[in-house]
Amino acid sequence: MNILTLVWRRASDAVRDLAPIIAVIAFFQIVVLQQPFPNLADVLVGLICVIAGLTLFIQGLESGLFPLGEAIAQAFARKGSTTALLVFAFCLGFGTTVAEPALIAIAGKAAEVAAEAGVIAPEAAAQEAYAFNLRMVVALSVGVAIVLGVLRIVMGWPIHRFIIGGYVIVTALTAFAPDEIIGVAYDAGGVATSTITVPLVTALGVGLANAIRGRNPMTDGFGLIAFAVLNPMIFVLTFGLVA
Amino acid sequence: MNAAADFAMGFLGTVADTVVDVAPIVAILVTFQVVVLRQRPPNLAGIVTGFVCVLLGLALFLIGLEQALFPIGETMARQLTEASVGDASPGAGVDWRDYALVYAFAAAIGFATTVAEPPLIAVALKAEQVSGGSVNAWGLRIAVAIGVSAGVSLGCFRIVTGTPLPWYIIAAYVVVIVQTFRASKTIIPLAYDCGGVTTSTVTVPVVAALGLGLAASVPGRSPLIDGFGLIAFASVFPIMSVLGYAMVANWVRDRPIMRRRQRRPRMPKEDLKP
Repeated sequence: MNILTLVWRRASDAVRDLAPIIAVIAFFQIVVLQQPFPNLADVLVGLICVIAGLTLFIQGLESGLFPLGEAIAQAFARKGSTTALLVFAFCLGFGTTVAEPALIAIAGKAAEVAAEAGVIAPEAAAQEAYAFNLRMVVALSVGVAIVLGVLRIVMGWPIHRFIIGGYVIVTALTAFAPDEIIGVAYDAGGVATSTITVPLVTALGVGLANAIRGRNPMTDGFGLIAFAVLNPMIFVLTFGLVA
Repeated sequence: MNAAADFAMGFLGTVADTVVDVAPIVAILVTFQVVVLRQRPPNLAGIVTGFVCVLLGLALFLIGLEQALFPIGETMARQLTEASVGDASPGAGVDWRDYALVYAFAAAIGFATTVAEPPLIAVALKAEQVSGGSVNAWGLRIAVAIGVSAGVSLGCFRIVTGTPLPWYIIAAYVVVIVQTFRASKTIIPLAYDCGGVTTSTVTVPVVAALGLGLAASVPGRSPLIDGFGLIAFASVFPIMSVLGYAMVANWVRDRPIMRRRQRRPRMPKEDLKP
């Protein structure tokens, strides 16, 4: 009975979360474009899958990813080894980004742009190498970002100095970087943070801020994702200058 | 029967893809757990069940999106950008006013996809829990969605007019920096985080399709060069809207009292309970 209520609550939350998309698409399809839906049956089956999927995901978040992130943070805090913590932070950032599908897609497209602009040879091999290097640069930058972010939580440094400093660096690099890399660099920040990484990293940050004396989970626990967005922009712009 | 078999195959394929995506994370977690921390996390069974739920849920979510929403979203982005071109008088060059429908669609779809974005739900839940309820999860998500909506719409305007991307982004940075010095300390890290969590599973494919379609159909724009940049808009503007939301909320709270701002009590550290 208890489980049924829980499932019902999660499922109705999922319906509420998806209602805006359904409304927008239906409105533009029917009122603006004035066209019937293609294969309505497929669409309905798809919607049911999306609702079931979101329900399961949120449940898994609460019972799996969040507790795991916090348990790891507390275990590291008890162990008291900052080096081990930072190595873990780097691996987490690098490992989750390097295989990110959105990043693979954007790196491939960036290689096409570079070939078009004549920066690299138009052969497939050259493009592949460029895309691979770009992916490595982004993954490396996210690894460094999580390390910096964790170090900030441990030391209790205020976040806005880092972010504003980062903005200044991005602005300065933009002035010198070649035009064709700028769009790619700016977008790279957004794609590096995936659906599974975000909850895990958030729980890790909040867990660390909770476990370390004198840190407030609200002012110190959040902010890891912000580093993971800003750092790839800096690294990719630098990559554009050097490559 | 065939359709069901196809569906089952598609589902298994998506589950396999998701498992491959998650494998590095699991490998890192297990390695550190075994080699460095050398202990079992509490409630291992619950965590493993949760992980399986997340995997299956994500696979179902993706397969549903691919079947139901992405094809329509992408077709619509294409049709809307083409319809706008039809309205423009030939030889008159590009007039940004001809694309009003595209901006409206961009704003609406940016808002709607952000509300359904799973990482944003995760961060909003955590923020509500950590702040002891003073940050409302649903309010935060709406604020972020408004930011994405404005950002994507402005990003489409930029593609149509062909103005340089850095102007917009750097101007947005200046606004964020000014807001940072005016906002309450507790909201700043959360607001910065909100920039990164919005651009994920649901938003990126639809918004990218919109950008590419627009850049391909507006005369004088190249999809390769001008198609980039929408995601950058979608990741700066939420920072502004969340900081703005916090400023407005504070202002509304403090105004009727007309006395010095009271410091709120320390947040409960409920997570520390064993």
